[in-house]
Amino acid sequence: MLLQQIFNGLALGMGYALIAVGYSLVFGILRLVNFSHGSVYAFGAEIAMVFIVSMRLGIIPGILLSMLFTGILGILIDKAALEPLRKKGSPPIASLITTIGISNIVTNLLIIFLGSEKRNFPNFFGHSGIHLLGGTVSMTQIMMCVISVILMLILVFIVFRTKIGLAMRASQQNAKAARMMGIDVNFVIRFTFFLAGVSAALAGVLIAGYYEIVYPNMGFMAGLKAFSAAVLGGIGSLPGAILGGLIIGNAESMAVMFLGSTYRDSVAFIILILVLILRPNGLFGRKGITKV
Amino acid sequence: MDKTGKKWKLSSFESFAWRNAKLLWIILTVFLLMLPFVFRNPYFLTVVAKIGCYIILGLGLNLLTGYTGLVSLGHAGFVAIGAYTASLLSVKAGCPFFPSMLAGMLAAALIGALMGLPTLRVTGTYLSIITLGFGEIVKMVLMNWQSVTNGTLGVKNIPKPQIFGWKLTTANHGMYFLILFMIVLISLFCRSLMRSKTGRALRAIREDEMASTMMGIPVTAYKILAFVLSAVICALGGALYASLIGYIDPNTFNFDVSTLILSIVILGGMGTLRGIYVGAIVLIAFPELSRSLMKYRFVLYGAILVLMMRFRPSGILGWRSSLPYRLSGNVKKKLRKEADA
Amino acid sequence: MDREDLLLEVEEITKRFGGIVAVENVSFRVKRGEVVSIIGPNGAGKTTVFNMLTGVYKTDHGRILFEGKEIQRREPGEIVKRGISRTFQNIRLFPDMRVIENVLVGAHIKTGYSFLSSIFRSRAFREEEDAITLRALKILKEVGLYERRDDYASNLPYGDQRKLEIARAIATGAKLILLDEPAAGMNPQESSELMEFIRLLKGRGYTVLMIEHDMSVVMKISDRIYVIDHGKPIAEGLPEEIARNQRVINVYLGGSQNAVEN
Repeated sequence: MLLQQIFNGLALGMGYALIAVGYSLVFGILRLVNFSHGSVYAFGAEIAMVFIVSMRLGIIPGILLSMLFTGILGILIDKAALEPLRKKGSPPIASLITTIGISNIVTNLLIIFLGSEKRNFPNFFGHSGIHLLGGTVSMTQIMMCVISVILMLILVFIVFRTKIGLAMRASQQNAKAARMMGIDVNFVIRFTFFLAGVSAALAGVLIAGYYEIVYPNMGFMAGLKAFSAAVLGGIGSLPGAILGGLIIGNAESMAVMFLGSTYRDSVAFIILILVLILRPNGLFGRKGITKV
Repeated sequence: MDKTGKKWKLSSFESFAWRNAKLLWIILTVFLLMLPFVFRNPYFLTVVAKIGCYIILGLGLNLLTGYTGLVSLGHAGFVAIGAYTASLLSVKAGCPFFPSMLAGMLAAALIGALMGLPTLRVTGTYLSIITLGFGEIVKMVLMNWQSVTNGTLGVKNIPKPQIFGWKLTTANHGMYFLILFMIVLISLFCRSLMRSKTGRALRAIREDEMASTMMGIPVTAYKILAFVLSAVICALGGALYASLIGYIDPNTFNFDVSTLILSIVILGGMGTLRGIYVGAIVLIAFPELSRSLMKYRFVLYGAILVLMMRFRPSGILGWRSSLPYRLSGNVKKKLRKEADA
Repeated sequence: MDREDLLLEVEEITKRFGGIVAVENVSFRVKRGEVVSIIGPNGAGKTTVFNMLTGVYKTDHGRILFEGKEIQRREPGEIVKRGISRTFQNIRLFPDMRVIENVLVGAHIKTGYSFLSSIFRSRAFREEEDAITLRALKILKEVGLYERRDDYASNLPYGDQRKLEIARAIATGAKLILLDEPAAGMNPQESSELMEFIRLLKGRGYTVLMIEHDMSVVMKISDRIYVIDHGKPIAEGLPEEIARNQRVINVYLGGSQNAVEN
């Protein structure tokens, strides 16, 4: 039973990690909590549903298209709303409020066009499972972990082994210096938003498939949990996001087991608040010196 | 050029209002007192009362976000605490409205002080996220603590306030005048506060925390104070709102309410009183105009946040006053004496 | 030196950040009514010294005595109350508040009325508010910003912003005013005007401790000068002695890259 919950927690945690990566990537480069990320994740799951179920494009093309479109949504958000604020040199709080506004817009447009009710999402991998050490690991859970790990590896490869990844890391360290070295920082930021959107869409599809359900407001809770994961791991750090996701996922399934399912959502908040107060830099974050 | 032109227009309105202050006050007072007797449509009056409640909530959040510069994304939590405490006391314990309301405000003050504590360690965006988490936790407690809160069923048949046996309802305009009275009271409170060392300290903290510390301002204590005052005002608004609508459940106070209050403050103009009135009127009344607007209203609220941040972060009515700083009569007299000497 | 006159005594203070020693064994003294300067190239640790004096950083070693009492373990708020107030290298006013309000915020610790009396606008509140307003106006007259009292701080020209910062520091009732590179970002004429202004403050009885990297600026108005480089004290004395000191000349002309800027 406990083992079963750990399996559940791991699968769910990998999903959260995929969303958390999006928060981390954007935060690393802009020092901004992209509040709209949860709604982007919901958008990914919703349009995957449209492509796969309504338009019958098939599972793989549907998912790929959803990832592409969600990535583009990420770029649009930056281009339309955040880049102008950077140009104006607005205070950070303006960007935060803007992303809250965007989250509202995206979620409510989804509600208007697709309806606010919960709809069935297809389970791609069937209900068969493997018995392991007294628990059952479903095919869905295994595939969630496998696919998430593959995407994570791709992300790590992009960030640490490619030219654009180098530009991303340079912009994270010092955007001004990066600009002087000829890096198009705005392009790097847009690319970061694209990556965040792509991984959020994949997370959306996986988590929607896991619960076999999809609805426009699904991004609110999942977004907050993933944000908790990102903060817990140390926002801005990729391995931190993964570790944070796994911890949050497991804490959630433990809460379901020991406290009952009504408390499943509160655990992430309590972890978040405790981390922010006790160790705001997370497990992998660094501490700064006050400058005067 | 365009910018200066705009500034000139706004400031000319301001000095016009200042010159004709007495007349404008009389017109406004007469209008507000006559309003319920002139427009007798009950639907209209309910919307007006709702606007009034949101003005109170806006004034509450404005203290924290507008003056002190701390953005809260969970103020619906304080509204809920006020509404639930007051309603449950009236419904379950038969306690009269005003003591129940005070109990709600007290509860919110305690929780507000608790919420202020993280400001010791956390600032900016992280603090906003904590407030958001707080709002959600309040909602979860309301849902899960069924023996007290009735869970998702909510609280029904919340009684209307009574003064000396006279029941204040929407129909007899009692609610209207009660809410109006509260708005006036809270506005006066905010105005007095802002014209004292406390108000100056709060604004200084918004402007530059380090410099405020160096002026000997106990920054954390003032932030906690701002949280408490803000929570108390929102709880008052919540108690009134519950009594006005007559029914509440945990979803009455969800994240959308928090963003709505924030939109009111931002649209009208953070750190002003006039902005809050206008913000609440626009955002609450506008969607009522038609069904399709109602459908799009949350998109609209979102768009307002985005557009205001981009084009006018100070809000429609937020501008730097072109009037001279208000000196008291005594100070003016002394200055004149010095000038003569 | 007469102990009665001593306002500030700093004894061998040291500050480390991780493995880096930012300030090492720096000592100096300020008497009432003096203008004392600490100079040194950029990165010499001058601002760190100020941050220790005002309680932003805690010293790792050494003592800071203000009016004979140790303050090195005190919080910033308490140090202001004891009578040390400062300005900042990169001006930190309250930009969206009026000039007079900036000064009134400076008077915060000198304002005693209670929260309730301000809400009910009691007599005590009104009298005290009048008194601090008059005092703020007087300070603005002293620094020459009286005419601009209604302006918003961010609308002031650069030089006036510096003066407002000083006015705000005066309003705290400070016995010692710390100026962090007051001439930074000013052209030679502006900075010599500012020095005249500081001389004026001295004439009015204020005690000033200032840090500056450009030594020519402080030569004429300082009673004494201390020189630090790489966090260590290298010289102290009267301005003319400092000007002739070979180690100082080396630091400014030869040894340090920063000299190129000057």
